[in-house]
Amino acid sequence: MEKTFTFDRPDPCNAFIKICENITYGEGPLSGISVGIKDNISTSGIETTCGSHILQGYIPPYNAHVVTLLRSAGAAIVGKTNMDEFGMGTTTETSSFGPTKNPVDPTRAPGGSSGGSAAAVRSGLVRLALGTDTGGSVRCPASFCGIVGLKPTYGRVSRYGLIAYANSMEQIGPMAANVRDCALLYSVIAGYDPRDGTSVDKPAPAPVSPVIAGKKIGVPAEYFGEGVDPAVAETVTEAIEKLADLGAEIVPCTMPSMKYALAAYYVTSMSEASSNLGRYDGVRYGMAPEMVQPWHEAFSAIRRSGFGEEVRRRILLGSFALSAGYQGKYYAKAQAARQMVRDDFARLFAEVDIIAGPTMPTVAFRLGEAADPLSMYLADILTVPANLAGIPAISVPCGEAHDLPVGLQLMGRHFAEDEILSAALAYEEGSA
Amino acid sequence: MTVIIGLEIHCQLNTATKLFCGCSTDYRDDGPNTHVCPVCLGLPGSLPVTNRQAVIYALKVAKALHCEVPEVSEFARKNYFYPDLAKAYQITQYDKPLALGGYVDIEGEDGREKRVELTRIHMEEDPGRLVHMGSGDRGRYTLVDYNRSGIPLIEIVTEPQLSSPKEARRFLNKLRATLEYLGIYDSEREGSLRVDANISIKGYERVEVKNITSYKGVEKALTFEITRQKGMIRRNAQIVRETRHYQEARGVTTSARSKELEHDYRYFPEPDLALMRVSSWVDEIALPELPDARRDRFMKQYGVSLNHARTLTGDLGLAEFFEEIVGDSPEIAAPWTADILLGELNYRDMPVSKVPVQEYRELLDEAGSGRITDTSAVEILRLILNQVMEGSDPEKPGAIISRLGLAKESGESFREIVATVLADNDAAVSDHRAGKNGAINFLVGQVMKATRGKADPKEIREIIDDLLKE
Repeated sequence: MEKTFTFDRPDPCNAFIKICENITYGEGPLSGISVGIKDNISTSGIETTCGSHILQGYIPPYNAHVVTLLRSAGAAIVGKTNMDEFGMGTTTETSSFGPTKNPVDPTRAPGGSSGGSAAAVRSGLVRLALGTDTGGSVRCPASFCGIVGLKPTYGRVSRYGLIAYANSMEQIGPMAANVRDCALLYSVIAGYDPRDGTSVDKPAPAPVSPVIAGKKIGVPAEYFGEGVDPAVAETVTEAIEKLADLGAEIVPCTMPSMKYALAAYYVTSMSEASSNLGRYDGVRYGMAPEMVQPWHEAFSAIRRSGFGEEVRRRILLGSFALSAGYQGKYYAKAQAARQMVRDDFARLFAEVDIIAGPTMPTVAFRLGEAADPLSMYLADILTVPANLAGIPAISVPCGEAHDLPVGLQLMGRHFAEDEILSAALAYEEGSA
Repeated sequence: MTVIIGLEIHCQLNTATKLFCGCSTDYRDDGPNTHVCPVCLGLPGSLPVTNRQAVIYALKVAKALHCEVPEVSEFARKNYFYPDLAKAYQITQYDKPLALGGYVDIEGEDGREKRVELTRIHMEEDPGRLVHMGSGDRGRYTLVDYNRSGIPLIEIVTEPQLSSPKEARRFLNKLRATLEYLGIYDSEREGSLRVDANISIKGYERVEVKNITSYKGVEKALTFEITRQKGMIRRNAQIVRETRHYQEARGVTTSARSKELEHDYRYFPEPDLALMRVSSWVDEIALPELPDARRDRFMKQYGVSLNHARTLTGDLGLAEFFEEIVGDSPEIAAPWTADILLGELNYRDMPVSKVPVQEYRELLDEAGSGRITDTSAVEILRLILNQVMEGSDPEKPGAIISRLGLAKESGESFREIVATVLADNDAAVSDHRAGKNGAINFLVGQVMKATRGKADPKEIREIIDDLLKE
């Protein structure tokens, strides 16, 4: 039996690009629970724009795998949440539909790129939301808005229907106000999907319970180094001490590959993006070109006017990094650096169960503060290693700095989501 | 001037579904954009999943052509913009192809067996198709049909080891036959085999000729291009390294504006697909009897000559047809099928599958029994084939023989006609008497004409000699 869900709340933070009418839901573990879906996840019959003018008017004829799972779990899909255009940003300010404001402090950005999902959860518009995390896009806004966000292991959640930014690194991840809700949403979306060639067939997630005692937690020095706000570092250090109080063993360690991680991430993601975004040419969907034009001129015109500045920048840089004569210098080197990051994690996880540090080096930016792209890219330094290596990582609120939320990041071994969720739960509930 | 030719052959695999989605490949009789889904339309968020059957078919080809299948192969993206390319990249293979090396043995220019080595075989998806509408040079507007988008292809690349258009044709015939024998390719489907050729004269730049959409066009395109290049060398003009298009209707190659094709494809590994580790599948793939083996068997089993065996096994349909009709008279069936029937079919552009087996078999029996002359038999064959072409039921050879009175009559009944021919052709008779070769053939021919082919030339010759002796 389908039931109707009524949603009539105002959205002062601009968390949603689209709020659905005639919301229905069915039976299941999420029956009647309101869920927001990031606008780069395909929803059959509901406009899906990726926060970009170029996709305005595009109504997918099919559901992403996760949306099918949510529907059959009984979720009430409330709407599509705001995001940086195609996920390219750390503030949700590059959206073609205006920035989202941070519900904690409306003069601040919510982080990004899943800023709409984080703001919707934080302001109580929905109980759960889906974000996507290519280089930290679930964890950053979770940290800045003071909620929980999980980036699953690469291959754990089907990407079928997720509109690609950087395929080799991104995952759809659950966002919620607390760890138990986050784990609930995770348990619904995790699982094998034969339509995603990179999906991995693993047993269903186990129910979480607070477990931290006896676990070895590695704390890399690099996560507290240059560029990390000392107030943030202090808050996170206290959180890690609390984990020790709960019975965890803290193991100081180092991750030398960190110095290459950001470059490896940006070269890889921009290269993949330059290819993924080639299809937006106005022929099949989205903005339509002027009729009488040679095709290449029509393509150029559409892409020039349809994409925002940051997207165009990344397409150009990515095309350059892949081009003949430069590929060896950039794309190939980035892959070598990526392997170093994987090797570092493999070495560390031979000794520890979890790696902990801050999610973001700072608290939420002021709206408009991050005008310089390079300083924006630098903010991703602590989140991108997990994407490069494909390991799961969670951000859980751990107090404040400058009166703004700070997130504790816990990273685990491949497919050890249960372990980091359990540790996060132990932290959140203060028991183990 | 030594000619050097290398070929790149694109072959559509006849799997039931496309390379990366479940859409049916059987679209040729259906309307545009009816065999499409989010994947082959390149809709945002769709993901490719590799068709196992397509990989097995490609491996079959690799095994049949003696290639090495590396432990790991990888799909890559070839990025370029074109309206028929739904994702703005083609999923293909770049530096880790499915198969390396391999060879095809053909009959070389000198008549001896020649081994043509292969560089590689890789898999890729076909793009969609543009349909230019309205009048004007390229039409007033263009529509896109994505039915073809995602059809599995293999690209077979040869080393530059072919030395003439004739060798190139022989290579393609042999390759096509092999692909047909493997059952992975449907030669009847339009555009199922497409060829690009690299052509150079030794010591000069090479030119790539694209767009040869029928394998029959290859010999013509190559011949034109070689003539063009040799002409330039003779005039001391410089041959530039370029891509040229073959214009099938005009039989010429024209320079593609170089700018249009100066692509930087920005290849990189396809992140949506895992590495392929399929080398171990090769052992489990069973190959059918291939053209060379069948050719050798025909020679051994039926005592057929090398040339006839080569011809009869050069096409799967023809080989099967031959085995169906051969009976216990291969000495008649082989030359009749390889020399006469094939010629008549080519003349009519008629596939061997249309030949009525029963009637053809009967005709061979009649010819073998000596009841009709070869000339009459050919006449009957033509009649039958024409009847099939017109869509009517073919007549029985026996019925045609009685209807047209083609039964061979004994030579004696022609003695009078021979005498008349001799009387009317004094000059030829004197020539023959003077020992001039050929005169006798002329006389026999005249008699054959007068008897409408019912006479046996050998008998006629004897009667002529007999009469002239008198």
